[in-house]
Amino acid sequence: MKIVVVGAGKIGSTMISRLVTEEHDLTVVDKDVSVVSEISNIYDVMCVCGNATDCSVLEEAGVPEADLFIAATASDELNMLSCFLGRRLGAKHTIARIRNPEYNRESLGFLKQHLDLSMAINPEMLAAQEMFNLLKLPSAIKIETFSQMNVEIVEIILRKGSLMAGVSLMDLRNRFKAKFLVCAVQRGSEVFIPSGSFVLQDGDKIGLTGSPAELLKLFRAIGLEHRQAKSIMIIGGGRLGFYLSRMLENTGNSVKIIERSPKKCNELSQKLSRTIVINGDGAQQEIMMEEGLENMDAFVTLTGMDEENILISMFASAHKVPKVITKINRDELCDMAEKLGLDSVISPRKIVSDRVIQYARALENSAGSSVETLYNIMDDKAEALEFIVGPDFSHTGIPLKDLKIKDNILIAGIIRDRRPMLPAGDDFILQGDRVIVLAASGRKLGDLSDIIK
Amino acid sequence: MNRRLVFYRAGQLLVLEAMLLILPLIVSLIYGEMICVKAFALTMVIAAVPGLALSFVLRPKTRVFFAKEGFALVSLAWILMSLVGALPYVISGEINSYIDALFETVSGLTTTGATILTDVESMSRGLLFWRSFTHWIGGMGVLVLMMAIIPGNSGRGIHIMRAEMAGPIIGKIVPKIKDTTRILYIIYFCLTALEIILLLAGGMPVFDSVVYSLGTAGTGGFGIKADSIESYSPYVQWVITAFMLLFSVNFNLYYLLILRRFKTFVTNRELWCFGAVVLISAAIIGVSIYPLYNSVGDAARHAFFQVASISSTTGYSTADFDRWPQIAKGVIFLLMFMGGCAGSTAGGLKVSRVMLLFKQMKKEFRRMLHPRSVAVVKLEGKAVDDETLRSVSIYFSVYIVLIALTFIIICVDGFDFQTNLTAAVSCVNNVGPGFGAVGPAFGYSEYSDISTIVLTIAMLLGRLEIYPLILASDPRIWTKGSRKAARP
Repeated sequence: MKIVVVGAGKIGSTMISRLVTEEHDLTVVDKDVSVVSEISNIYDVMCVCGNATDCSVLEEAGVPEADLFIAATASDELNMLSCFLGRRLGAKHTIARIRNPEYNRESLGFLKQHLDLSMAINPEMLAAQEMFNLLKLPSAIKIETFSQMNVEIVEIILRKGSLMAGVSLMDLRNRFKAKFLVCAVQRGSEVFIPSGSFVLQDGDKIGLTGSPAELLKLFRAIGLEHRQAKSIMIIGGGRLGFYLSRMLENTGNSVKIIERSPKKCNELSQKLSRTIVINGDGAQQEIMMEEGLENMDAFVTLTGMDEENILISMFASAHKVPKVITKINRDELCDMAEKLGLDSVISPRKIVSDRVIQYARALENSAGSSVETLYNIMDDKAEALEFIVGPDFSHTGIPLKDLKIKDNILIAGIIRDRRPMLPAGDDFILQGDRVIVLAASGRKLGDLSDIIK
Repeated sequence: MNRRLVFYRAGQLLVLEAMLLILPLIVSLIYGEMICVKAFALTMVIAAVPGLALSFVLRPKTRVFFAKEGFALVSLAWILMSLVGALPYVISGEINSYIDALFETVSGLTTTGATILTDVESMSRGLLFWRSFTHWIGGMGVLVLMMAIIPGNSGRGIHIMRAEMAGPIIGKIVPKIKDTTRILYIIYFCLTALEIILLLAGGMPVFDSVVYSLGTAGTGGFGIKADSIESYSPYVQWVITAFMLLFSVNFNLYYLLILRRFKTFVTNRELWCFGAVVLISAAIIGVSIYPLYNSVGDAARHAFFQVASISSTTGYSTADFDRWPQIAKGVIFLLMFMGGCAGSTAGGLKVSRVMLLFKQMKKEFRRMLHPRSVAVVKLEGKAVDDETLRSVSIYFSVYIVLIALTFIIICVDGFDFQTNLTAAVSCVNNVGPGFGAVGPAFGYSEYSDISTIVLTIAMLLGRLEIYPLILASDPRIWTKGSRKAARP
């Protein structure tokens, strides 16, 4: 598929690296020569140096023939304008990154409609949403939702002495009397899809699928804390901090934000009603202790510096805050932070590129059973996808046990008429179902038929 | 450095060369030259066995090319290609000295067209075909060909393309490097085929038209007659003139034509500049040689042919231009430096580099007059960044040093000043003929072995634009320590 990406900054370059591995024909436009030459050195893409709102530059980049046009420059307005131009020049679909809170209420729908945008992405909003989900279920280290929140994939780490360790997967469901499925296991650096006889160990990171209610039941049964975080401290009051606090205070939590810049503090307290905004340096231990760090249910670091986030999070973990969420932008640091013992690391860039990939794959297969949602789980070593079964899928009505499914692929859930079910051998897929599929070891699925041998 | 990867690719390259040798083998079979058939078959075995061994034993873990690997591979590839490519001449016994055979092969691959042969017409057909076929292979670049046909070159293949293709700025024409190299080769192939057809239409024998087309396409210049093109009809000479010019135009422009982006094509400054230089040079030469031929048609034909031949760094000739007036010789000598457009098969400095050098000069002069003036150098309507500008000026200095070194070493052989200077300039720029004892009517056979080796190296350096070979000769880049974690 022909894709043009405008703006190769932080978000842009993460998207480019992911789209390149998906084998798309990529053209990158950026106005900075050094950025352009760096990108062209690293990735197999064509680069055009120029202004993203210059029609001749866009034409040179092949926008008129492009299937997808993505604007991810630093400026919302520039993104909107270049998407508009791109669409008018003939790009089939356009995605703009729009992050300013002012655009994200009524005006956004209007803009989307009139600029003919296929999608508007707000990285901070998406990250805030993900963090919010995590805070609702603090014992999980990562939660992804499918099918309008009907099914979740939850990642947890089996701590020492966990009740789940030493039990084979077949016995698990009976023992805990909940409907769930262990869909992926990460042991060491390897991720695989376990069979029924697989026995879990301490230290495994596992992915669980099920409806939120059933998963909650399981968590209770195995004694993992399921209490929602009520009092939350946030370090850094940027856009992400603002979105997250707004969501949290709307659901009745008590939130404290520590922010360094007085001006930002002022803005925050204007926009938020019940959140306590504190002006101070989040890296100063006295301030955190004074504001009652040790009594917090959860702690979120959202400063602009990855390193600072890691260090402050480690400090909070050392003070036994039950849930610590760290925002990290650079991919290299994500792995490092996880090795240092920080469980819940969230990268807005990764979330955005997940969304874009999801959109691109859905476009490519729009004729068949298209990708509805896509997440990278288990440290990006597996993919979880949701498909809506289209009329072209020829294996409907066949019991799953008779389908020849490729290795390292699991059907983790079927949702029929909004009712989720855990698939067993006798279940089958019907047209119109939503099917959740898990694929490990680098398989890239674009269509539901790809899972059949 | 990832030595494993570099040798793995080099192995694949040898296999590719073995496959390319099938063509001259077939030609030898057609003409029943059994000695040549044996020579080619043996060479194929010699290339294929270590090639297959390398590419099977050394399956690399990471396939990421950094700049270092790119330089190393390009140098290694060209040296191996030349060493193996010289074998058929020696095995068949038609060239006795391996050093001479190597010179001939390098001259072919680098599209120079300088020859040590004294009697071309007595050579067997198979070897003559191979000689010209090396022009075609070397013209666009053998690694570029490899990237187009062998799967698995991902990501940073641009480093290889940059190291092998000539010009200050190498851009892709489509997002994927594989598609880019394929398009370039398809254009290359089609233009060559078109030339063959046009030459056949002019009544040229089949073998001659194929060989001359291959030589023109690579802008090489090996002929199969002692007097190059002189004995062919004016029609043939005009066709070759046109194609020499066509092959020294940036191939990306042809792709723009296919895409029907005529405006970008027409407004290409490098093309205009190249056209202007060709026209002006041809006019000066035409006027100066008019007294020799006494016919406007002949003077124009000879002038245009020689200008096209030299500025495209092909090196064919329709007349012994060594006997022309001094002004004509002067123009020809200067044309040797410039070469064709970037991204073509021509050698030399490249038109765009010359343009950048002049623009920089202008900027510097203006700065002397108006110390506070801010001037941006532009090429094709786009600002050129300082880094590119700096690299162009540095390249020019290194290039002059290379010519100077080559010149001073071959002076040992005792030829006259003009011969030595033009031999050095002609080899570094991959032109072929010079003046004096290396003029169009003669060859390089008189030089001693040492000078032959020096000129061989000079041709390789000139073709690969100097840097890759020099960088690869630094033992430090071959050490293991600096292998980095790969980013996809």
